[in-house]
Amino acid sequence: MSASALRLEGHERRLLLLGGLAAFCVVVFMTVDAGGKWDFVLPFRARKVATVLLVGYAIAVSTVLFQTVVENRVLTPAIMGFDTLYLLLQTSLLFFLGSRTMASLDSRLLFTVEVAIMVVFSAVLHRWLFEGGRRSVHLLLLTGVVLGVLFRSLSSFLQRLIAPGEFDFLQDRFFASFNNPDPDLLIVSALMTLGASVLGFSLMRTCDVLNLGRDVAINLGVDHRRTVSRLLAVVAVLVSVSTALVGPVTFFGLLVANLAHGLVRSHRHVHVLPAAVFLAVIGLLGGQLVLERVFSFGANLRVIIEFLGGLMFITLLMRGVLR
Amino acid sequence: MSTRSPDSPPLPEPGFAPRASVASHEASARSEPLPMSGAKGAPLPLLAVAVLGVLVLAGISLLIGVSHVSWEALLAPSENQRAVQVLVISRVPRTLALLLAGMSLAVAGLIMQMLARNRFVEPFTAGTAESASLGLLAVTLLAPGLPILARTAVAACFAMAGTALFLFILRRIPLRSALVVPVVGLVLGAIFDAATTFFAYRFSLLQSLMAWTTGDFSSVLRGRYELLWGAFVLTVIAYVVADRFTVAGMGEAFTTNLGLSHPRIMALGLAIVAMVTAVVVATVGMIPFIGLVVPNVVSLIVGDNARRSIPWVAVLGAGFVLLCDIVGRVVRQPYEIPVGTVAGVVGSLLFLHLLLRRDDRVG
Repeated sequence: MSASALRLEGHERRLLLLGGLAAFCVVVFMTVDAGGKWDFVLPFRARKVATVLLVGYAIAVSTVLFQTVVENRVLTPAIMGFDTLYLLLQTSLLFFLGSRTMASLDSRLLFTVEVAIMVVFSAVLHRWLFEGGRRSVHLLLLTGVVLGVLFRSLSSFLQRLIAPGEFDFLQDRFFASFNNPDPDLLIVSALMTLGASVLGFSLMRTCDVLNLGRDVAINLGVDHRRTVSRLLAVVAVLVSVSTALVGPVTFFGLLVANLAHGLVRSHRHVHVLPAAVFLAVIGLLGGQLVLERVFSFGANLRVIIEFLGGLMFITLLMRGVLR
Repeated sequence: MSTRSPDSPPLPEPGFAPRASVASHEASARSEPLPMSGAKGAPLPLLAVAVLGVLVLAGISLLIGVSHVSWEALLAPSENQRAVQVLVISRVPRTLALLLAGMSLAVAGLIMQMLARNRFVEPFTAGTAESASLGLLAVTLLAPGLPILARTAVAACFAMAGTALFLFILRRIPLRSALVVPVVGLVLGAIFDAATTFFAYRFSLLQSLMAWTTGDFSSVLRGRYELLWGAFVLTVIAYVVADRFTVAGMGEAFTTNLGLSHPRIMALGLAIVAMVTAVVVATVGMIPFIGLVVPNVVSLIVGDNARRSIPWVAVLGAGFVLLCDIVGRVVRQPYEIPVGTVAGVVGSLLFLHLLLRRDDRVG
């Protein structure tokens, strides 16, 4: 935001508006219907809000960066099967180590190890998918979708091999969910997100150059390979964080990233990234508020997001965005 | 696949050309002889070998399980009544159900691929199965007392509507590439699935939903699978009218030129696919990728003439499902892994293989 706040450009005004709306959602979520018991309500809700903020941030940023890397608005980490990969990793760890070993380990350490493996895996996956010559986007997309199915089926296969008691343990670990976040996990996730963000922040301008396409970027002096693998490491960390906290949400990133691009009408990541984050927060908190207070539904938000995101995906395809 | 046709001929690398959509520029790359040329008929004895393989698998399927059933016990029934009962009430229905479901799903996949003119389409990748289960949920909520046949009929209507929507969306997508088609289908399936989950959650039916979306034959008993014979009848009908599907697979103009009504063939094919899917989903749940992998493998062996390939597709489909079920039953005895899960793993691996082995030809 420029120093002369009085003369804002169009996208800056829209960005401020989105930020204000997001902040409004946070405030309403914290205070609505508190019934006077502030000392209980505020810390309790603060943890929920922190989770939502973290997850929204992770999903939004990872999707936007991933789309920059693959130069496509339809591919997202989730559609390419990254978050099911995380689930598979969790399941196989439990399968091979057993719940007793896993329980004896520090959950923070374990999470760090998981994220590390995830980064390596996604690098390998990426090399395999994206650097094997000029493959068509369609092939990539289909491969990603099918890989997602494969990872999911493999996890449920392993889950069936695990004894029922162990499985309960796994389920507890899988979905901390918005309503019951594990404080330890939350802190580690926040730290990791911070670390990834620092790395991502230093690359923000390079990302704008990457947007011009691989060849142009290389021509302009970007070390493409290095930049891309760093960005993918950031994406892998963020995907792990969001999946660990609330489980896979296939189309939410797609929804947020595309809305952000459409709303700010700017190609610079300084504008698109915060817009996407604000939209994610509005979508998650605002959606939860509307669901809980207006329709008095339960925690159905993920399903609704999947529904809307899927619709958006098909609309994008019908508009011919994917070429 | 190797277990069922151990000595299949060395595949003459025809490539994995999609059954050329009009807009597909990959069409020119197909080195396959035209469907009608019939140059590549696989010898009948080979089919007999495949049938034999499936029968052996069926025999194995009859013998495994928690309750011990051996041939000796069956041959001396007076001493061991229980073995006979287990066989008649549980094992035989299960094996029959596996055979019927495998056959009809694989053939449904083949028909769908011809009608959508795309090799990556099947009831699981086109939203058909998901819309069928949405239909089942609707019946469960709105008219829980209906007999199973009526439930299945409603599910079939939903399946047909879902598939029609899929075909409609396909027509609206510019620059249709063969590979976008299954992506659209999978996403459409996810949308139906989200809707189904939403209502199931609201009405505490998530558990029943789980039961009917994962293909699982463990609850098949005498009296609970007979509807699958209906799917078998539909498969036979498909075989009878097979030539029409072959023609429809060559395009609307071509079909009309031969004096056939393209819309009518489409409707017939859609109806068959939707009913088969609905029946299978209603009785045992979804079994992914069978309708996709089996027809593709068959097309490598015998080409694209539906009349010739349907028997192969049926036999290999049955074998595939049997094999998946046997694996699921053996891996963790005495527990079972549902066939849908096993098929998901094996099928997606095979599918990836089919996809990526052609990458040298995709620019």
